[in-house]
Amino acid sequence: MFLINCPYCGERDQQEFKAGGEAHIERPKQPTELSDDEWAEYLFMRKNIKGVQFERWNHAHGCRKWFNMARDTSNDEIKAIYKIGEKPPTQ
Amino acid sequence: MTQNLRVKSSEFIDETNRISFKFDGKTYYGFKGDTLASALIANNVHLVGRSFKYHRPRGIMTSGSEEPNAIVQVNPNSNITEPNARATEIEIYQGLEASSQNCWPSVNFDIGAINNFLAPLFPAGFYYKTFMWPKSFWEKYEFFIRHSAGLGKSPNTRDPDIYDHRNIHCDVLVVGAGISGIIAAKNAAKNNFKTLLLDEKNEIGGSTIFEANEDNKINNNLASEWLKKEINELKNIKNLEIKTRTSVAAYHQYNYLLARENLTDHLEKKDKKNKIRQRLLKIRAKKVILATGALERPLIFNNNDRPGIMLSSAIKKYSNFYGVACGTKNIFFTNNDSAYESALSLHNKGIKVKAIIDIRENSDAKIIKKINDAGIKIYWSHTIVDTKGYKRISSISIMRLSNDGTSVTGSKISISCDCLGIAGGWTPAVHLYTQSGSKLTFDEERKIFIPKADTKEQISVGSCGGDFELDEIIRNLNYKLKNFLNIGKTDFDSIALENDHETSNRNIWLLPSDQSIGKTKPFVDYQNDATAKDIKLALREGFRSIEHVKRYTTTGMGTDQGKLGNMHALGIIADTAGVKMGELGTTTFRPPYTPLTFGTIVGRNVGEFFDTFRRTPMNDWHIKNKAEFENVGQWKRSWYYPKEDETMHQAVQRESKAARQSAGILDASTLGKIDIQGSDSSEFLNRVYTNAWSKLPIGKCRYGLMLNEDGMVYDDGVTTRLGENHYIMTTTTGGAANVLGKLEDYLQTEWPELDVYLTSVTDHFATASLCGPNSKKILNKIIPDLDLSDDNFPHMSFKEVLINKIKCRIMRISFTGELSYEINAPASYGEAIWQKCIEAGKEFDITPYGTETMHLLRAEKGFIIVGQDTDGTMTPIDLQMDWIVSKKKYDFIGKRSLYRSDTMKKNRKQLVGLLTEDPNIVLEEGAQIVSELNQKPVEMLGHVTSSYFSPNLNKSIALAVVKDGKNMKGKKLFIPMKNKNISVTVSKTIFYDEENKRINA
Ligand SMILES: [Zn+2]
Repeated sequence: MFLINCPYCGERDQQEFKAGGEAHIERPKQPTELSDDEWAEYLFMRKNIKGVQFERWNHAHGCRKWFNMARDTSNDEIKAIYKIGEKPPTQ
Repeated sequence: MTQNLRVKSSEFIDETNRISFKFDGKTYYGFKGDTLASALIANNVHLVGRSFKYHRPRGIMTSGSEEPNAIVQVNPNSNITEPNARATEIEIYQGLEASSQNCWPSVNFDIGAINNFLAPLFPAGFYYKTFMWPKSFWEKYEFFIRHSAGLGKSPNTRDPDIYDHRNIHCDVLVVGAGISGIIAAKNAAKNNFKTLLLDEKNEIGGSTIFEANEDNKINNNLASEWLKKEINELKNIKNLEIKTRTSVAAYHQYNYLLARENLTDHLEKKDKKNKIRQRLLKIRAKKVILATGALERPLIFNNNDRPGIMLSSAIKKYSNFYGVACGTKNIFFTNNDSAYESALSLHNKGIKVKAIIDIRENSDAKIIKKINDAGIKIYWSHTIVDTKGYKRISSISIMRLSNDGTSVTGSKISISCDCLGIAGGWTPAVHLYTQSGSKLTFDEERKIFIPKADTKEQISVGSCGGDFELDEIIRNLNYKLKNFLNIGKTDFDSIALENDHETSNRNIWLLPSDQSIGKTKPFVDYQNDATAKDIKLALREGFRSIEHVKRYTTTGMGTDQGKLGNMHALGIIADTAGVKMGELGTTTFRPPYTPLTFGTIVGRNVGEFFDTFRRTPMNDWHIKNKAEFENVGQWKRSWYYPKEDETMHQAVQRESKAARQSAGILDASTLGKIDIQGSDSSEFLNRVYTNAWSKLPIGKCRYGLMLNEDGMVYDDGVTTRLGENHYIMTTTTGGAANVLGKLEDYLQTEWPELDVYLTSVTDHFATASLCGPNSKKILNKIIPDLDLSDDNFPHMSFKEVLINKIKCRIMRISFTGELSYEINAPASYGEAIWQKCIEAGKEFDITPYGTETMHLLRAEKGFIIVGQDTDGTMTPIDLQMDWIVSKKKYDFIGKRSLYRSDTMKKNRKQLVGLLTEDPNIVLEEGAQIVSELNQKPVEMLGHVTSSYFSPNLNKSIALAVVKDGKNMKGKKLFIPMKNKNISVTVSKTIFYDEENKRINA
């Protein structure tokens, strides 16, 4: 059970949160211009890597805000938490 | 056989408080402070159970939670009996009743014991090999296997006890209150850390508290005396909370631990009453100090499982702590010095120790001299090759070990005994450490797995960290603690420590016998009856991974998770396969460390508290009017209102007719309602719905369909424009929370530039839906001032009105195809408005109807229910709802997916109507649809999604999804059922009032 530091509320138990999958996948601005393959890339393809992964999380039972998390999927270490729109940390 | 083996009064046992209890129907006596195990041993009862597979007689082996054999049924004759309790953990109380498990008809005469003589027929993997073929027989085999195995019996009534959960936050959590844990907790608390110290036993102090070795001294006192003083001082320390009888079950990431606090199990029945039995502590600790100690290892030799064969450390605890002798003729068998301490403490209490068998060549420890002085014979370089005694060990046979330890030589010596203490060294209890996700490292020299590294949030101290000698334990602990808690001087910096040191060790995982291994029974996992030869067989058959060997042989898969024998299993695999143990790795220790009862896990969340129910403001009226309820999400919705002895079918038919012939009323309060405001609200709706919203005039309503980005239908509902920048959206009852979440997601992450605010107002309004040709007249009676003409208040429009000064929103919208009005009142006035409708409707015989009638009426009109007629694989085109998909809009959620090659495929499943050839047959929802009856294998074309007998059409109607259904109108298909094939014809999805005339009737 993680202890997640919501950027708006502070440290809360994981059960207040909802995971939202891989982060930094921007919805194409002009979907109609895309080929089937390009659209499928956006729609279906996710990296699911072992190691540091950037993820979306939502404080569903709190402030309801979405934010991003850099999490090491191999040991569940939360490396960083940052707001939507902010760039992922490089380290 | 009621010989009393109490040897010496003990300070931990209250001999003034005599307690009677029953075991296997027989009454025994013990004292306050005894466990069931110590009290039985005091009565010279060792045989307490039968083994799982061979039904071999088994006795008490340990004195703690690692016990594999002494597993008993508590309150065996009660409905609330509890299985699989460890006799070594049950504290006796007046009236306690317990019985053996795994035996029938009795522990002394057990029919299953025949398996012992049939042992060659039960090798590793026996069940897999034998019973998995032929496949269809498994169910029959399973019945017999389960019947004869039976690990205890389950209670058959509801657990009457109270269980509780509690959240705890602390700075420092110390797990285990032995000497290390006590020192750690004292230091932490004294340095202003809010500290919690937990121990599974009823007394703190671990094994040091009953230590009698005069060579182990702290500040010139016997270690046990020194520790007692320390414990005494704990009372005066602020910031320190101590919980005994509290076992940590699980250690999750981020220092989140679950512990079971046992509050009443040790109390007499009358004192248990109305008290919380167990409490699950949910602990979030800033720092965790693991001081879980070490478990003594058995030795693996031929017939090492007889009653009376016990761990050497357990024998010491029974004599020093409980004042009980485990035997009158004791022998110890060891590979290290610790057995000598046990032997000496028995000897000093006047309990006879006949011999010590040591597989080592010698030892320089000081204690050896004391043993020699005591006249106890030591057999160096010897091993036990066999034991005798069916229900209690009666003798051992020993032989000299070869230099390489793989065989025995010389002549056999037989020694009689009634108790054998075995000492195979120590295994650090790293279970919780590994549960936390931390990694182990293998110390090849000492043959132990130890924690790889401490972290800023967690350390392991004492023997669970690999320190076994007193001086080493305290010095390392003190050093670690200062770093971990960032503290300066401690009380333990200049402590004087004196202790004996282990000088030699020898480790042989599987000890040889003079007989071939095939003829021996060296048990590795006592609880699951797995022997060393099972493990070797698994390796011969090609298993290599420890995880595979474990499952194949069931080693370590009992309720004790193989706490005693896991290391030996690994060692035997490594030796047999010729690899290093460190390379093999270890199996995963999973929570819980010791079994938890379900009651503790669920706590107060039982019965009506299991899940939250949501009830509408009109709920009391529904109950008064005998509604049957249906669960929809968390809501309790009126399902139908049976009159007198009406069946559900009769009630629904009556309600359905009434709603079309005169007037009906439905409680629609559960529909999700989202208030949408902001200058970009129209643009927002354009993006989330498939149809266009910009031109919807104020005061008008529109039906909308919402897709997922993959083009599949997600939700639907009517949205009303209340003002220039103000809408109210309705969603399905079950989808409300998810729709709000999805919309917020898009607003926050994809379209933060939009000026839109969403508020869930589902609970703010109560909704009464009036329907039927007389609904206008009823509404007119309620609000005479309102012009209800089609010109002023047409279909799909909205009015805000006052009813008895209560501000209500009325939408003229219809889910039944009838003239219909939805009155939305503030929730607290919901019942009043409903009541008003009922009264006004009396002269029209207004009929309340529930969800079932609503479903039937909408099916007559071919309106879909998202989640019933759709399943996340249906596009609006599949639903033949092309009309609602805007061609003009540049984009909306899911639009691009509607043009993917896959979603445009011709033979996708499409929504159609079905009419049965025999109009009286009502299809089963979920039934499969085929076009050929004799085809093999037959192609499944789709399934029935909604099916009803329509009283208004007097025939059966159904909706279904069928491959290429769009092009099948008029085609005959079949529904193959168990005893018949039903013929159906594909029809339009709309069955009733195709021209939609009734909406304006
Ligand atoms: Zn928050």
